Amino acid sequence: MSIMGTRVVRKEDPVFLSRGATYTDDLTDERLTGALHLTLVRSPLAHGRITGIDVEAAKAAPGVVGVFTAADLEGLSPTLMFPAANRAMVRPFLATDRVRFVGEPVAAVLTEHPYQGQDAAELVEVDYDPLPAVIGLKDSLEGGTVLFEEAGTNLALAFDDQQFDDHFFDDCEVVVTREIVNQRLAAAPLETRAASAAWGEDGRLTLFASSQNAQMARDEVAGWLGIEASQVHVILPDVGGGFGAKIGGDPTFALVAWLAKQVGRPVRWSESRSENMTGMLQGRAQLQTVTIGGRRDGTVLAYRLDVLADAGAYPAIGTFLPFFTRQMAPGVYDIPKVESRARALVTTTTPTGAYRGAGRPEATAAIERAMDLFSAEIGMDPAEVRKLNVVPPDKFPFTTKGGGGGAVYDTGEYAKAIDRVLEAAGYADLRAEQAARRERGDVLQLGIGVSSYVEITGGGEFREDAAVEVHADGTVTVLTGTSPHGQGHATAWAMLASEHLGIPIEKITVKHGDTDLIPRGVGTMGSRSLQTGGVAVYQAAGQLVELAKQRAADLLEASVEDLEVVEGRVTVKGTGSGIDLAELAAKEQLRIDTAFDSGAASFPFGAHVAVVEVDVESGKAVVDRIITVDDAGPVLNPLLAEGQRHGGIAQGISQALLEEVAYDVDGNPLTATFADYGFPSAAELPSFTLVDMETPTPLNPIGAKGIGEAGTIGATPAVQSAVVDAVSHLASATSTCRPPRYGCGRHPGRWEHEMSEKVSITVNGRPTTAEVEPRLLLVHYLRDVVGLKATNIGCDTTSCGACTVLLDGQSVKSCTVLAVQADQQSVTTMEGLSPDPEQLHPVAAAFRAEHGLQCGFCTPGMVMATVSLLEENPHPTEREVRDGLEGNLCRCTGYHNIVRAVLTAAESSGSAS
Amino acid sequence: MIPVGFDYARPDTVDGAVALLAEHGEDATLLAGGHSLLPVMKLRLGAPELVIDVGKLTELQYIRVDGDEVAIGAGTRHHTVATSDVLTTECPLMPAVARTVGDPQVRHRGTLGGSLAHADPASDLPAAVLALGGTVVLRSPRGERQVPITGFYTGVFSSVKEPDELIVEVRVPRTARAGWAYEKFVRRANDWAIVGVAVVDGRVGLVNMGPTPLRASQTEAALADGASIEDAAALADQRTEPPTDLAGTAEYRRHLARVLTRRALERAAAVADG
Ligand SMILES: Cc1cc2nc3c(=O)[nH]c(=O)nc-3n(C[C@H](O)[C@H](O)[C@H](O)COP(=O)(O)OP(=O)(O)OC[C@H]3O[C@@H](n4cnc5c(N)ncnc54)[C@H](O)[C@@H]3O)c2cc1C
Ligand code: FES
Ligand code: FES
Repeated sequence: MSIMGTRVVRKEDPVFLSRGATYTDDLTDERLTGALHLTLVRSPLAHGRITGIDVEAAKAAPGVVGVFTAADLEGLSPTLMFPAANRAMVRPFLATDRVRFVGEPVAAVLTEHPYQGQDAAELVEVDYDPLPAVIGLKDSLEGGTVLFEEAGTNLALAFDDQQFDDHFFDDCEVVVTREIVNQRLAAAPLETRAASAAWGEDGRLTLFASSQNAQMARDEVAGWLGIEASQVHVILPDVGGGFGAKIGGDPTFALVAWLAKQVGRPVRWSESRSENMTGMLQGRAQLQTVTIGGRRDGTVLAYRLDVLADAGAYPAIGTFLPFFTRQMAPGVYDIPKVESRARALVTTTTPTGAYRGAGRPEATAAIERAMDLFSAEIGMDPAEVRKLNVVPPDKFPFTTKGGGGGAVYDTGEYAKAIDRVLEAAGYADLRAEQAARRERGDVLQLGIGVSSYVEITGGGEFREDAAVEVHADGTVTVLTGTSPHGQGHATAWAMLASEHLGIPIEKITVKHGDTDLIPRGVGTMGSRSLQTGGVAVYQAAGQLVELAKQRAADLLEASVEDLEVVEGRVTVKGTGSGIDLAELAAKEQLRIDTAFDSGAASFPFGAHVAVVEVDVESGKAVVDRIITVDDAGPVLNPLLAEGQRHGGIAQGISQALLEEVAYDVDGNPLTATFADYGFPSAAELPSFTLVDMETPTPLNPIGAKGIGEAGTIGATPAVQSAVVDAVSHLASATSTCRPPRYGCGRHPGRWEHEMSEKVSITVNGRPTTAEVEPRLLLVHYLRDVVGLKATNIGCDTTSCGACTVLLDGQSVKSCTVLAVQADQQSVTTMEGLSPDPEQLHPVAAAFRAEHGLQCGFCTPGMVMATVSLLEENPHPTEREVRDGLEGNLCRCTGYHNIVRAVLTAAESSGSAS
Repeated sequence: MIPVGFDYARPDTVDGAVALLAEHGEDATLLAGGHSLLPVMKLRLGAPELVIDVGKLTELQYIRVDGDEVAIGAGTRHHTVATSDVLTTECPLMPAVARTVGDPQVRHRGTLGGSLAHADPASDLPAAVLALGGTVVLRSPRGERQVPITGFYTGVFSSVKEPDELIVEVRVPRTARAGWAYEKFVRRANDWAIVGVAVVDGRVGLVNMGPTPLRASQTEAALADGASIEDAAALADQRTEPPTDLAGTAEYRRHLARVLTRRALERAAAVADG
């Protein structure tokens, strides 16, 4: 029986749910012994000239080993973060004469202990001459203030291969135009950026880092340091989410490595959430003008998209993403005329990059909004208008009129996807319910939003590497160039190898993210992994079977055609005789190294329906239901594929209703913490209804396309459309919000308080005692004093719950409890719940069974919060579970499976003890 | 992020804490649940020299009926208030409001006294105590005094509490048979109220509609004069000064105050009838 297509639970999970994953900041690798800690001094100003930096006071502070500014960074040369951008817009590792966004690194402080770093960083005196902030894209375009004088313009990159035609809409009966903001978002993986560097005696660099692409990070860091890539060994430990923002190397990685070399000691770096919210590349940030024209019978004849994209202060990959937005401009529609252009501009804000969908959600949001506007204008049902205009199934492969030469869609059944989702949603009944509520004038009005999308996956880089080796003990090692961070490759790739070898996945170990072990690879981004890296593994295992058959043919004195591999054994068909793959491996290494090249991108598609209730008195919008069809071809492991869809849908809903990175007019970020940024918890989201549909691509032998970004691409426009729909019958009133300027306090370090306190805390049943600084947080006591690293830190504002532990049996956030406050009390962490990965606590076991974790970063806190919740309410309803987890954030799962897991745990064990 | 260094003391008694407060004046800060103080210290927006931990003082942790009132020890955690049988029977508004504070982890740590002392106009419990017409009991080296909550708050993060005073108790009237309701408007479940409205027995407390928790005095007066709920609620935002921030403009908050007051009054009337 084939393992493919089955709901296999993850191999990763037993460790993730007992002692916890090992993220970069958790490493106790001996190469990092004696490491110093890097703290960055960051600009508090959006735009200004640096007139002086005084590091003397900081240098004299306790524990400080060195303080560095741009002037010290010999050998590290400023780089252009995106090669095609304006050449004058290079980004220094530390600001030189000018700062261009709040959060830009200005100085680097190395200390023995991280607490000392924060104290000392505040003593670095930087004098600034303020310059005007450039926040709006239109202001940037006007160019009143330019960020780079040498460039003479704020234009980083223009995509202008199509000239706009004045007579473009002449043949249309109806033309609608609208300006649309696709707001800036923070990727906000729960694990912030982190890296650690150590130089070996052989002169080689070992870099541990949180990244989506080991080999790309290696090449970039080597480039920045001006050394050969072969001199750099990148190791990616477990990675706590990426969502595009951890693609490749971060310039700080090179700084960490450079500093380690400079001082001759290993250096560790892990940023705070506040730093992450201004320092990590952000996504979306487009101002779009759409114009759509057609006939009153519903036929769309022409579509124009004009994009201004915010590159942030230094052009990075975000500068390039409008390319995809233009390429995908017409979406699923066969529109006779399409034209588009885009301009990427610098502003005094955090630089932008990829965020789940990266250019395609922006395209979909624009065309779908345009379709709604057009439908409303001609008074037709928006779902009908969509179906009228989609590319019909007999036109594939279909070459679009998108920008940059368009795209070639491989396969698609767009109308069918819309029909299926409408049917599953009960569209006609919903419209009837909506009409009834309107008729009654209900306070809660119903909105129904429909979106239809197609996206590009596996684009750009079509090749991925893999190796499969069977060992003499019957185990298998799979090496892959992909770099998972929650996607479950350890399980999925094992399934693909198992399919050919017939060896159970328990015996198959998947290795990734180590550039010495796997020198060649592209990594995980753009929903590419399964259709490139997974297929490479599948291909390697297939080739290994052929190799084994050839070798066995001689030994078994049979012809290759008569041999088959069943359950790890080459056998002569129809007879009992054969030889184990392990035995063959004992005779001679049994390994295949291969690469798969898909040659082209694939185009998954789907349709979403959102049902939203809007309280017309208070303005609050709540998503009641989401129903989606996401067709990415045959599904390898439904559990994993659904998890990807859930997570994306949650992020998509959240863009529509909650999230926005905001700045005031002076360029101060207003959403620099999780307290201010609208990251949703389980309590704000519903469970999701997923409808299956599988249209294979001919581009690879398993027919799979990418599923990772479907949710963010389809859900946002559906929810936006539903909210508009809910109140479309009412007169519109808009109010604007001009946020005030927020202050920020500074306190000089104070180390006369060297007093230490003795604490005795029982941790997981074991008494612990230590002399600690009164300010030591319980979470650091657990991690650094006791050495239990499962408990994570995801924020600075008591918002995320990743640090949740039990204190005398009740859930608390250990980042907001001092170790001294827990004196004489007992603490339970996830390690205490399930000390043995093979014997998971019922709650942990339920998380595994329901796939309630992906990257695993939120998991220890989520599990502990669940234990506390079930203690207080052993038989909760779904609503009570969602409300009970309101203090715990997960960026990966969309909470759907977490809620299932809690309900399952409640059922299976009644009350967890 | 971590706090600036400080000295730490954990006195065994309330009087010991008061004595330390008196000795160190403005340099010292009490630490109860730490769920307002520690976030501020971690972001380095505050940096006390001495932290006096009263979080373990069982002396401050009780809920008991005392005559016409329920006396709640200042060190009582939100979770305890939320699940108290005494309060559920005698003053059901308090547990209902406590349940809306933050999230379970916050409620396991935060205390009633800390919430009242912190004097954040966006906090839920101060407005509830205000609607109830409760009393704050303060202790200092000079002895104890009782301050009606109506005269307690003086501005954002400030009250008549002297630096050497410690809140020992909060007294709320027994209101078992009164109509009550709490309407809290948030976008995310564990957020602070954008606006909140606590109603009990015809009195209306407003959250986040000005520098301190406020009573909707015009609404209360109109109700007393026999106005309809609809008409009285339309006055809820009068004499308020709501802030404008990312969560909403002042104008939007005024609108919400009127809507939520009407809803709370309607629910309270239903409770009283039922
Ligand atoms: C994530 C998060 C969400 C939250 N959400 C909400 C919410 O929705 N609604 C809400 O109302 N609150 C909310 N809070 C605040 C929470 O309720 C706090 O617990 C409460 O405001 C302070 O109580 P505490 O015991 O933690 O006080 P602490 O933080 O210990 O102290 C706060 C202040 O009060 C002083 N103080 C403490 N106890 C006394 C006393 N007995 N006498 C005199 N002074 C004293 C301290 O010196 C300090 O200045 C939230 C907090 C967090 C971290
Ligand atoms: S680390 Fe986010 S709540 Fe503690
Ligand atoms: S944050 Fe990644 S699994 Fe929850």
